[in-house]
Amino acid sequence: MKKILPAILLTALLPVGNTAAAEDEKIWNNVLKPEYFAQQAIQESDDVIELDAPIRAEDPALVPFKITSKIKQSKDNYIKRILVLVDNNPFPFVGDFGFTPDSGKADVAMRIRVNSNSNIRAIAEMNDGKLVMTKKFVKASGGCSAPIGANLDEAMARLGKMKFRLEDQVKTGEPNQVQLMISHPNITGMQMDQITRFIKRSHFVKDVKVTFNGKPVFTAKTDIAISADPNFRFYFVPDKAGELKAEVADTSCELPTKRDVCTKGDVYTETFKVQP
Amino acid sequence: MKVPLLCLLLAAAVPATAATALSVKEVTPGIYVHFGKHLFPDSHNHGEIANLGFIVGQKCVAVVDSGGNPEQGAALKQAVSDTTKTPICYVINTHVHPDHINGNSAFKAPGVKFVGHHKLARAMAARGSYYLDRAAEQLGVKMSATDLIPPDIEVKDSMKLDLGGRTLVLTAHPAAHTDNDLSVYDRESSTMWLSDLLFTEHVPTLDGSLKGWLAEIDKLEKQSFRYVIPGHGDVVSDWPQSLQPEKHYLTLLQTEIRAAIKKGQHLEDAVQTIGYSEKNNWALFDDYHRKNVTTAFAELEWE
Repeated sequence: MKKILPAILLTALLPVGNTAAAEDEKIWNNVLKPEYFAQQAIQESDDVIELDAPIRAEDPALVPFKITSKIKQSKDNYIKRILVLVDNNPFPFVGDFGFTPDSGKADVAMRIRVNSNSNIRAIAEMNDGKLVMTKKFVKASGGCSAPIGANLDEAMARLGKMKFRLEDQVKTGEPNQVQLMISHPNITGMQMDQITRFIKRSHFVKDVKVTFNGKPVFTAKTDIAISADPNFRFYFVPDKAGELKAEVADTSCELPTKRDVCTKGDVYTETFKVQP
Repeated sequence: MKVPLLCLLLAAAVPATAATALSVKEVTPGIYVHFGKHLFPDSHNHGEIANLGFIVGQKCVAVVDSGGNPEQGAALKQAVSDTTKTPICYVINTHVHPDHINGNSAFKAPGVKFVGHHKLARAMAARGSYYLDRAAEQLGVKMSATDLIPPDIEVKDSMKLDLGGRTLVLTAHPAAHTDNDLSVYDRESSTMWLSDLLFTEHVPTLDGSLKGWLAEIDKLEKQSFRYVIPGHGDVVSDWPQSLQPEKHYLTLLQTEIRAAIKKGQHLEDAVQTIGYSEKNNWALFDDYHRKNVTTAFAELEWE
């Protein structure tokens, strides 16, 4: 987009770009860090987890985003949770993802909403409490799309439907990838009052819990920054044949960026027989 | 640093004289179109990229899409009054995208009714604040909530608008390019104003439903029109010939994405490989193609 700006405008834009980057750290330092990790030391490094996201978010409603862990989940040393934030989103909290040694790998892929140019950051907490942060800057796209779903009615019609997708050949004793698809419009509740005659409240997936033979392998507390039709990929280590079970709960809140007045929603479940 | 930049951008956004009329071409008697250039909306073109225009009857003028910003709306309004003494009765918004509706406030006046798909107001409400922020940030256009005007008249299936000696048939389509596409047909001249249901030259942009759009294309292809006006691209007089590139592009997306999903490919990998054989056939392919694959993939994986 900037490439076709005349040189004079391009020059004028540069200082603003720098200011924006500095402001990104400001939100983290002044708001998010105190809110989620008050008084805690966080190491910044790519040694524990790495982020993968497009440099430019072509579709702000659906930005594929992936966390790859660099350590093996073992009983003595594992990633317990990963918190994901988009600094400049109206509600920065994306999700809090929980893993166990039975996850095999603390990798997670998802699709998120990115409203404007922003750092996406992930903070991993180890089983011993150590915190490690990594981040990536994503440029929001202009154009005509907006960070909501393209076809709300279609998503509403399928509400609560779920699908598990696994590799054809599941192997015992090693991490296998699972894709969990949840059909849900994940309504942000963000809208203009003067035109509002429609959806007034947010309505989104709040809790995801996946177990294998009753043992948790993946949990997620999520919010409106997750794209419509939430889609998660993660790992589990099966020791034998069994059943994957997903329990998903949604909620509805009075205000788009406050979580103090919310109504408990529905619970949706889905199971999948695993035959290694 | 922000203040001088804003001033610079705003200065650039204001036309030299407020009364400069937008250039329009009379494609058939009484139907005038301003043809947009194939550009990505930015702070240089201020979102002035779409085809806009108006249809003149004996009693009323209907404006079709109002422009990419209020100034462009004012320039279109000037073009109307330079062309005819007939008053504007209707402003028809063909869908929610900012290059088509951001000029609405320029037309707000007693006696002017805004017309749109019955899902347009919902889309405006859900996207409005985001579009206003982007207008300031990326288009260099200062707009407020009052510039976003939802329809006074909502079209549920189909509706006739009498302009005096000329009747327009408005059709509210199921989700296709967006979930609020409205087409405007003038029987008098057999002209179909499809707006963004038809893209020529400019790569189609998907923000509704791929399957829905292909279904609408199948229906429209069977009809005959003397002229068809796309939302981006030149007026078409060889219907349905000029629909074929769009149909081919969207069909290709559908075929290749279905195959990728069947193979277990993930979205982020699919956007790197799917549909690139079409790259040289379209303007702005690099700006919109990956977004198209993304939207289509998210739809087709639920089949």
